[in-house]
Amino acid sequence: MPDRAGGAIFRGKLLPYALVVPQLVIVAIFFLWPTVRAIYEAFQETNAFGTGARFSGFTNFASAFSVAGEVGTIEVTVILAVITTVLAMATGLFLAVEADQVGRARRVYRTLFIWTYAVPSAIAGTLWLFLFEPGLGAGAKVLVDLGLKWNFAVHSLQAFALLVAVIVWQQAAYNFLFYTAGLQMVPRAVLEAASLDGASKLAQFWQVVFPLLSPTTFYLLVMNVLYAFFSSFAIIDVITQGGPGNATTTVVYQVYRDGFQNGNTGLAGAETVFLLIIAAALTAVQFRFLNRKVFYR
Amino acid sequence: MSFRMRSTRKALAALLATGVGLLPATGASATSSLGTSHAGPRVTITFWSAMSGTLGATLGHLVNQFNSSQSTYKVDLLYKGSYSTVLSATIAAVRAHHAPDIAQIFDAGTATMMYAPGVYVPVHQLMSQYHLKFATSQFIGGAASYYETAQGDLDSLPFNSSTPVLYYNRSLLAKAGIKAPPKTWTQLASDVNPLASSGAKCVLSASGAYIMWTDMEQFDLWNGYPYATQNNGYDSIKNVKLLLTAKPMVQHWAFLGSLGKRGLYRWNGTTNSTVPFFTNGSCAFYENSSADINEIEAGAKFPVGISQLPYVAGNPTAPQNTVVGGASLWVLSGAPKNTYLGDAEFLHFMMSVPTQDYWASHTGYVPVTNAAANALHKKGFYKTHPSDLVAVLELTHKPPKPWTRGIRVGYLPEIRVAEASAIAAILSGKTSASSALASAQAQGNKVLAEFASQYGG
Repeated sequence: MPDRAGGAIFRGKLLPYALVVPQLVIVAIFFLWPTVRAIYEAFQETNAFGTGARFSGFTNFASAFSVAGEVGTIEVTVILAVITTVLAMATGLFLAVEADQVGRARRVYRTLFIWTYAVPSAIAGTLWLFLFEPGLGAGAKVLVDLGLKWNFAVHSLQAFALLVAVIVWQQAAYNFLFYTAGLQMVPRAVLEAASLDGASKLAQFWQVVFPLLSPTTFYLLVMNVLYAFFSSFAIIDVITQGGPGNATTTVVYQVYRDGFQNGNTGLAGAETVFLLIIAAALTAVQFRFLNRKVFYR
Repeated sequence: MSFRMRSTRKALAALLATGVGLLPATGASATSSLGTSHAGPRVTITFWSAMSGTLGATLGHLVNQFNSSQSTYKVDLLYKGSYSTVLSATIAAVRAHHAPDIAQIFDAGTATMMYAPGVYVPVHQLMSQYHLKFATSQFIGGAASYYETAQGDLDSLPFNSSTPVLYYNRSLLAKAGIKAPPKTWTQLASDVNPLASSGAKCVLSASGAYIMWTDMEQFDLWNGYPYATQNNGYDSIKNVKLLLTAKPMVQHWAFLGSLGKRGLYRWNGTTNSTVPFFTNGSCAFYENSSADINEIEAGAKFPVGISQLPYVAGNPTAPQNTVVGGASLWVLSGAPKNTYLGDAEFLHFMMSVPTQDYWASHTGYVPVTNAAANALHKKGFYKTHPSDLVAVLELTHKPPKPWTRGIRVGYLPEIRVAEASAIAAILSGKTSASSALASAQAQGNKVLAEFASQYGG
């Protein structure tokens, strides 16, 4: 983009402001107001109907994440993020590299591997629920035939594994897309040089290609973590509703349960403030590192 | 690099999208319906229900009857979703000042509603304001006691009422050489081995969504044990504590857990119906609401027996009485003045003998007023439908003790979720009954402490 140092496009001062007003209004109504409201609610205690509200200090923050005898939702969220990110990125990278090497059928493979990302989360959740519904699903029957006591409504590990599978199924496609794009940008000359130096295929990948993909990897890392934190909601709501116990309750799901199902806006507000901090931190990290070049040249 | 730009923007978009997910409950419910949107001469009364399918159609028939019986009011029946959805939608609507005129709130939501002053118009007040005949004593014991206030008044109109019963598969029992259904849990336990060795795939199952209702709440009531302190919450909002770790409860769940370990107990979480496990001939015994009689009898390809719930053997206080489950109708505040007479007339129509007669004989629910119950008896309904009588006999087995009137604890839906977690842990064999119940009790008591602090000042 050419620099336009001080060059004024607009003559008056009013027009530019008028042009950004719609955007500012949207941000204010949908982002700023709810945020302010969440912070306000976090320090209030009210009944489900919102009557009899009173200031409650940090009580909501204290009780937000202290659930007796249960695995905490923060642990669930972090473990879910780590596992799905690693698996989905590894799968995406592996498929992208493999699809890059096949000759003519490359396009077919690419289309097929990207497909799952086109499925909206709620529909993906319904599909998988259909397959693995204990007692009814075709996938569930296979698992039972393999000797597994399949009932994810009761067994927490099974519910968690199912959730991981759906998220990886979706996110691997997204990662595949970006890794495929990244691979296009790896200069052939560098690879040729490496192979002339006698580097094996594997060495070429790990020492040349993978480092060149590092900006993509970093970007995807952030996106996958964000997905597990926030966008996994639809899948959880369709398949497990956070259960059994708290086994698949992420912090976002907890906010929904406390705020919308149980009508405890104070508690949900406190949890939201916590989430805001995490989201801000993740985004800040990304901005910082992207500007600082995770680069090769 | 082109995707660097894009990625930055995407991350920002993701952050902002997150912001949407983070909306607190402030006016977020998109479901608003105005009671006065009708411009014509008839006043519209919105009625949010949790009844779909056949039940919804039966309720719709009654609403239509009311609508065509007069021309001043038009009741607008809207199926809003499951019981808990109706409760949370009603709460959200009240917060957004767009409450429906009448809401069907399930048993577990009673304390949450009752102790929220200003949210609703007490039905007994409404009726006396418009001089319609209404007294707690008109209602059958189990329904009156469940919904009445400490002063003996009804703040809501008891409506669809049922109670859990024990269904059994006569063919499987005959094959195992069992002559009569078990009266006690010990007898049921001794039926396990004959059933298993004669080829039954499953011995017992219970309601999917309401297993905490059948095997915790009603288990205590039927056996005459308290479910929570302060007479199950009837005496106080504050200092109410669950009694889930009482010995009989732990023993009961240890038994169910042992069946689960052997694969002889079926339950697939609260969002899955367990009815097919019984009707497809897998499970020999099945605890579920008497309201499901028609569905079960229509679905089963074997002779179905229905008997009273088993009780704890050797317990001198058992059997005591069960209470109703189901829902009552609440009239919400804040509507235009000209709707309330309509609300009152509609509720009066709903409790009338012909309405209750139609409702009870077309569904598995019990008639909720004494007059309707007597009318059904006189008609010979229970002679031709003896299985419908089991629920009535359980509800009226003995006059209720102070701690068997019902369950009046706040935020009960949330407590039931904690109980369902414990049930999953027990049935998966992951946790012992005593530690799972202790965990549910701790979580439930935390919820009750919040309720006390939020509602009790």
